[in-house]
Amino acid sequence: MEIPEVKRVSAIKRDHLARLAKERKRPDGRKPDEYRPIKIERNIIKKAEGSARVRIGNTMVLAGIKLEVGEPYPDSPEEGVMTTSVELPPLASPEFEPGPPTPDAIELARVVDRGIRESEFIKLEKLCIEPGEKVWIVFIDLHVLDYDGNLFDACSLAASAALQKTIIPNERYEMGENEKLPVGSPPVSCTFVKYEDFVVIDPCLEEEEIAQARFTVALDKNGDIRAMQKGLKGSFTIDEIKNNIKRAQIQAKKIRRLLEG
Amino acid sequence: MLIKDGKRVDGRKPDELRPIKIEAGVLYRADGSCYLEWGGNKVLAAVYGPREALPRHIQDPTKALVNARYNMASFSVEERKRPGPDRRSIEISKVTSEALESVIFTELFPRTVIDISIEVLDAEAGTRCAGITAAGVALADAGIPMRDIPVACAAGKVDGTIVLDLTSEEDQEGDADLPVAIAPRTEEILLLQMDGHMTYKEFEEALELAIKGCKEIAKLQRKALLNKYKAFEVG
Repeated sequence: MEIPEVKRVSAIKRDHLARLAKERKRPDGRKPDEYRPIKIERNIIKKAEGSARVRIGNTMVLAGIKLEVGEPYPDSPEEGVMTTSVELPPLASPEFEPGPPTPDAIELARVVDRGIRESEFIKLEKLCIEPGEKVWIVFIDLHVLDYDGNLFDACSLAASAALQKTIIPNERYEMGENEKLPVGSPPVSCTFVKYEDFVVIDPCLEEEEIAQARFTVALDKNGDIRAMQKGLKGSFTIDEIKNNIKRAQIQAKKIRRLLEG
Repeated sequence: MLIKDGKRVDGRKPDELRPIKIEAGVLYRADGSCYLEWGGNKVLAAVYGPREALPRHIQDPTKALVNARYNMASFSVEERKRPGPDRRSIEISKVTSEALESVIFTELFPRTVIDISIEVLDAEAGTRCAGITAAGVALADAGIPMRDIPVACAAGKVDGTIVLDLTSEEDQEGDADLPVAIAPRTEEILLLQMDGHMTYKEFEEALELAIKGCKEIAKLQRKALLNKYKAFEVG
């Protein structure tokens, strides 16, 4: 299905947001660098090997982790496999429709996946059972439950929070006792959108609806960059990108404290 | 042996429900919503609409369409489920839509659709009943005019005994499963399915037990809805 070129936003709302942006104000009264409150709850799904529900303002995402024994990729016979998928069920927004993953959902899943993979968060080399034959496959499934903007950060945070407390289900496969999934330090993702030459962190839905450009950066514990993604049709200046990364480094420290507690 | 000294595997009596927790109005975007925990089940239901039915050729000029979608999260079961609808969930979606439509005053909203999303987040037997029960609360929360709030519960036969609200072990190893949805005021049957083996006498007993279970749950549904509006009470 073709993705609509322009999201349906009324002219009056568009004008209102544009006027606010000129005064460097946001529709929900936040400052340009102000993140919404974050709430993380872990281990809420009994059938999953790991789970976390993350709220960023009114946005709510549930991450569930399942592990299965499977075959490794031929080019990494001694490493486990991780795969990330995102579901945008019609429950979460009047705009979401049932069906196979849309390009939006696929981009979202791949950006979250890259942050986790490139920060070497999951120790895949420790997930080998028999080299070339059997390894653990880690399924990261993200279920969006309520959509009020910034799914990139909410999904990344939910995945990281769930993986931190994930169990390897050895008992189910009669391979000894269950153990903790080996993980390192999680990536922290920060997303910005730009509208009317105004670049804001953690966009709410209203801001996303009129955004011309989007930028996501995943940072490791040293504040180094592990993954980035620029999205949508508009552009950023070089200075804006540099500035975004610096702003993200400040915010990521706060989010990391929540995550690593 | 699933029943010993009149007690079931999880310690319940034959006519006892698993613990149920219902919360109304939990989602920000939805017009109405409900979160329900029932034993090991965790279910979210959301209602959108009545809204314009699209594409237009599906519209009914005399009434609203009722479109429920039952979906299981991939991590809600022991072996990961592939995301997306399978034959089982398509059937459940269909019978759920029909059960809910029977209580809704659809003729008030011609050319529209009422979408009901049921997401099973954690599953442990009886998810369709949990879904219908949650959907009933979500519909009421959305202010959809209804003759009654639909509610569902299963009864079954385990070790020759008629029991209420089967666990997954009882469902898999028991003799029969009978999920029922009703309009509790009139006791009209909105949904009825059965698999297994029961005599007519046993069916009668099981149906009576299921209806008794439904009525007990109906009280919890009402309580959940009242609780939501308590927050708005003055003084």
